[in-house]
Amino acid sequence: MGKKVALTGNEAAAHAIRQINPDVVAAFPITPSTPIPQGVAQFIADGQMDTEFVTVESEHSAMSACVGASAAGGRVMTATSANGYALMWEILYIASGTRLPIVMAVAARALSAPLNIHGDHSDIMGGRDTGWIQLIAENSQETYDNLIQAVKIAENKKVMTPALGAFDGFNISHAIEIWEMEDDAKVKEFVGEYEPLYPLLKTDEPITHGAWAPPNWYFENRMNQLEGLLNAKDVVADVGKEFGKAFGREYGLYEAYKMDDAEFTIVAAGSVCGTTKDVVDKLRENGVKAGLLKIRLFRPFPYKELADVLSGTKAIAVLDRVSPAGAQGGPLFTEIRSALYDVNNRPPVINYTYGLGGRDTQPVHINSVYDTLKKIVDTGRVEKQFDCLNLRGTWG
Amino acid sequence: MALLNELAKKKEGLVEGHRLCPGCTHSVIMRQVLAAADTDKYDIVVAAATGCFEVSSGLYPYTSWNIPWIHNAFENAASTISGIEAMYRLWKKKGRTDKDIRFIAIASDGGTYDIGLQALSGAIERGHQFLYICNDNNAYQNTGNQRSSATPFGASTTTSPNGTVLQGKSQPKKDIMSVLEGHHMQYLAQASPSNWRDLMDKAKTALDVNGPTYMNVIEPCTTGWGFPSNKSIEIAQLAVDTCIWPLYEIIEGKVKINYKPKNKLPVEEFLKPQKRFAHLFKKGNEHLIKEYQGQVDKHWEWLLAREASGIGY
Ligand SMILES: Cc1ncc(C[n+]2csc(CCOP(=O)(O)OP(=O)(O)O)c2C)c(N)n1
Ligand code: SF4
Ligand SMILES: [Mg+2]
Repeated sequence: MGKKVALTGNEAAAHAIRQINPDVVAAFPITPSTPIPQGVAQFIADGQMDTEFVTVESEHSAMSACVGASAAGGRVMTATSANGYALMWEILYIASGTRLPIVMAVAARALSAPLNIHGDHSDIMGGRDTGWIQLIAENSQETYDNLIQAVKIAENKKVMTPALGAFDGFNISHAIEIWEMEDDAKVKEFVGEYEPLYPLLKTDEPITHGAWAPPNWYFENRMNQLEGLLNAKDVVADVGKEFGKAFGREYGLYEAYKMDDAEFTIVAAGSVCGTTKDVVDKLRENGVKAGLLKIRLFRPFPYKELADVLSGTKAIAVLDRVSPAGAQGGPLFTEIRSALYDVNNRPPVINYTYGLGGRDTQPVHINSVYDTLKKIVDTGRVEKQFDCLNLRGTWG
Repeated sequence: MALLNELAKKKEGLVEGHRLCPGCTHSVIMRQVLAAADTDKYDIVVAAATGCFEVSSGLYPYTSWNIPWIHNAFENAASTISGIEAMYRLWKKKGRTDKDIRFIAIASDGGTYDIGLQALSGAIERGHQFLYICNDNNAYQNTGNQRSSATPFGASTTTSPNGTVLQGKSQPKKDIMSVLEGHHMQYLAQASPSNWRDLMDKAKTALDVNGPTYMNVIEPCTTGWGFPSNKSIEIAQLAVDTCIWPLYEIIEGKVKINYKPKNKLPVEEFLKPQKRFAHLFKKGNEHLIKEYQGQVDKHWEWLLAREASGIGY
């Protein structure tokens, strides 16, 4: 049995890393994920883990050192946010293209400018096509659970793809919640030992990593890589079940909250799902058939499974915690709308941007979304395909 | 040092089939370094920065490397080797290997003096055990001879071209040895493939230091510099004999000059055979050669004075 603790999301991530006890951690501080490397450093100083901690001089070097360490032949983790994630950008592609199962905790945060240290999904959504597996947590418990599972998912030999476990900056990273921390030994047993495929340090079998590929090979390489990433979907489901058996909390690709007969549905990811569930409960008390489809696995995007869940509902609002930046809508919106294209009698789908740079999203705002969905169903008309929640003035 | 005939029998870490230009010295230097390594005692793992040497020796699905080798990106050879070395320490700590492994990061001037300087500084400061070798060919050669902070004064490159108004690079070369020396590392050396025994001694010494070490090696580039491909080693020798490329070590902060030419040649001897300096010999540009000679002399005098002072850390 685990024990209940009252700790922040960052502490949840740090404890997950302590229990995983990776061979190497290379990290650089940035708000709001700074307490993670700090925690790791303290655990090492106190003899609670024996990881080699590389205190790099930048996030670019953090991810570069992770690539080196992972190719050398061991389990490697790091943590970052926002600008730090952006600085890693170039090497994120190299990590996935080299098929190195690095696991990263991301306390998701707004990107500059203007400088803003608070939560949103600008970083991870910007990096959605870097070839990494992306899991998004709703709370501290999931932050902890996802990181532990991410190790097993990334290292699966059919996957061999880096994975990130994201959780909202401040809303989760700095909020104290009660969650269950499992036994060190049980976590250790769950993640098991990592068997590297082609370690550099096996000098008797010299290997070349990172050769460049001309037009006659690059394409095949990328498609092999894609296969690994797509394989992650089933592995996420399997590991989620296995986790349930081991610790009593089972995970799937997504969470369908009161979706069985839902007519009005919000699709969202991250901490806003907690608020949304409360609103759904209240609406249900009043006989409104509200539901929430919570995205857990964003990459690879389980579009078929999500479309199945959504096909019975009457109207959908997708919440994106990032600016659409000139697209038809936010990234989650465009993915969901595209997934629904093949569904018969597809429901209308609208999009909201919310919570940018740490802007509060309260039950009143979520309520307004369900009100709008009801109106759409009542009138059969969509007045605004895109809108903002809790923005000064009105959009558009 | 082993006898030449023994060296010739040694198993090579870098083998044939690479696509460097004929006459390129990247491979010459690496083979000298690997020949110097005491591979009966330890194995070597190499991390390479993007550049001529990397693209020429690791082209999927081929490789010229007979030893473990990784290429990550342009600016991160030092941080990549940091991660590898950290993993090695972990493997040692946990008894996963009983091998003695030494680490080499290899880059050219672009990946060292410029875009990779931050990562290199960080890796040195953290004290990883690795030898960082910069094969300085004075420009970004892989992308077509663009100027770098290692390009010498007056050299014409594709981004500091000779024209009707400007005559090549207008700034002097960065003194990277002094920049890195500020990290107070135990061992730095400047070497040339023309003086191969000296280069090999330095590589062997560096690989035995328990901490970061640095070697700055002149890497004549037939294509970018514009000289016949059978002249690479002669060009390197001219750089040494003009004191444009002094051979020296900095051991615990003390300068030790390994070679003082009896007859220090004028810089023209080095400049003349290379197309990149051709414009300096045009009428009216004499002052540029004079200025360059002044820069070279000043640095040489300073180096001699440093050595004479005997001051270390
Ligand atoms: C971040 C980044 N910027 C630019 C490049 C393009 N690029 C590749 S190699 C290179 C120059 C390499 O110069 P140097 O390090 O001196 O190596 P050389 O080819 O001269 O041996 C450049 C500019 C790159 N690969 N990555
Ligand atoms: S361009 Fe110069 S450095 Fe590059 S391979 Fe050719 S000779 Fe060597
Ligand atoms: Mg160069």
